[in-house]
Amino acid sequence: MTGAAPAAEAPPIDGSARPFLPRGVRLKFCEVRKSWFLLAPERALKLDQTGVAVLQAVDGERDFDAITAHLAAAFNAPHDRIAADAGRFLAALIARRMVETA
Amino acid sequence: MNDQSPIARPEFDPQAAPAPMAMLAELTHRCPLKCPYCSNPLDLARRSEELTTEEWVRVFHEAARMGVLQLHLSGGEPAARRDLPDILTGAVEAGLYSNLITSGVGLTEKTYAELVARGLDHVQLSIQGTDAETADRIGGYRGGFDAKLRVAEWIGASGVPLTVNAVMHRQNLDRLEQTIELAVRLGARRLEIAHTQYHGWAYRNRAALMPTAAQVKRAGEIAREAAVRLKNVLVIDYVTPDHLATYPKPCMGGWGRVGLNVTPTGKVLPCHAAETITALSFDNVRDRPLAEIWERGEAFTAYRGVDWMPDPCKSCDRRFKDWGGCRCQAFAWNGDAATVDPACSKAPNHAQMREAALAEGGEAHQDAFDYRVM
Ligand code: SF4
Ligand code: SF4
Repeated sequence: MTGAAPAAEAPPIDGSARPFLPRGVRLKFCEVRKSWFLLAPERALKLDQTGVAVLQAVDGERDFDAITAHLAAAFNAPHDRIAADAGRFLAALIARRMVETA
Repeated sequence: MNDQSPIARPEFDPQAAPAPMAMLAELTHRCPLKCPYCSNPLDLARRSEELTTEEWVRVFHEAARMGVLQLHLSGGEPAARRDLPDILTGAVEAGLYSNLITSGVGLTEKTYAELVARGLDHVQLSIQGTDAETADRIGGYRGGFDAKLRVAEWIGASGVPLTVNAVMHRQNLDRLEQTIELAVRLGARRLEIAHTQYHGWAYRNRAALMPTAAQVKRAGEIAREAAVRLKNVLVIDYVTPDHLATYPKPCMGGWGRVGLNVTPTGKVLPCHAAETITALSFDNVRDRPLAEIWERGEAFTAYRGVDWMPDPCKSCDRRFKDWGGCRCQAFAWNGDAATVDPACSKAPNHAQMREAALAEGGEAHQDAFDYRVM
């Protein structure tokens, strides 16, 4: 049931694309394991801190540029690195149809 | 994200019960269909013995407190329960991710809309064939295929993600391409192609179901090609049948490690076929708290971890990977579940199992089914 996202071969995400979690995919904090999970059909991905931060910023309103700007500010980290990390992470989830873009 | 092997951690105790991830609730054994490979036991439970709505809801809350994240509402046909929407509400209130596993037959548009409104997360729709004639012959129910097409339309319109589940065997394996096409046409995001597992009704019908080696080989090629071609359209999960693999699969992710099953009458099983191990006895949610059954129940502790293992498993470096394979298969072949799964190439009777399967699939055997009956 658990598994890490596959290495991204997917194309990078367009800055103006608005990612969102489709119906049937949601974040959940597990009280027993004290960790966050992304729940999806037949999958439960255990998320690390970065994963949680990225997905919490994915609210269907922000576009990808706004998400990375938000994370860069929140973590006080270089925007380019955040964009690369978040892009790779989201692209892998998009390839698995766990995140969609509008 | 991480997916580290548990044994990488020094404090790992393979005998301890981890928090379960998933629960399969077999709400009923009743089903309008009669699939000859049905995984339900030969001795099907009657309606009057089934857990009530309140009992199911209590069990869902117990499961959530234990760490279960995903709930599969299955059967029989879950839509045969008139209280299905209330059962679903119980699952949603317990905070569980809900997956409805249905053949679609008997599910009305009104009930489906209720389920969606109450928060259903995912639907898994089983298909018995790719055209009405075959599907209805295999399911033993006329009109089943058309009913399913209607249900798929409602699912598509509701936006709830759909997985199509196809159980493959000799009589439909040559139509795998059409099966994949049908899944796309039905709007599925995932297709699960599973070879029949030979327990229960399927074991009884194996002469009519066992595929030929050539069929299986071709199917693997088709599935791999389609997975690439349909990238970003359809995620395809394909699993090679047991007897043609070198090592067994980690059945259920390991006995008593990842998931549990609750039968219509409240028995708690480590795997849906566990009752075929007649030497085991199973606790019931009517008598004992679910957490206690999971941690200390006889059926769960019997084969949890590695202490039960015989040679060659106990010294094998794959033991934390496949946990020794399938206990039910070991029992069926060896009369003792604490033996090596014959699907493993290290098992003394692996060759025999492989040959038996190939022989059953090889010749022109009967195609008639022994349909499941209540
Ligand atoms: S396998 Fe067929 S008969 Fe068995 S529960 Fe599913 S739809 Fe019904
Ligand atoms: S010997 Fe046992 S542990 Fe090793 S691969 Fe075979 S079944 Fe798995």
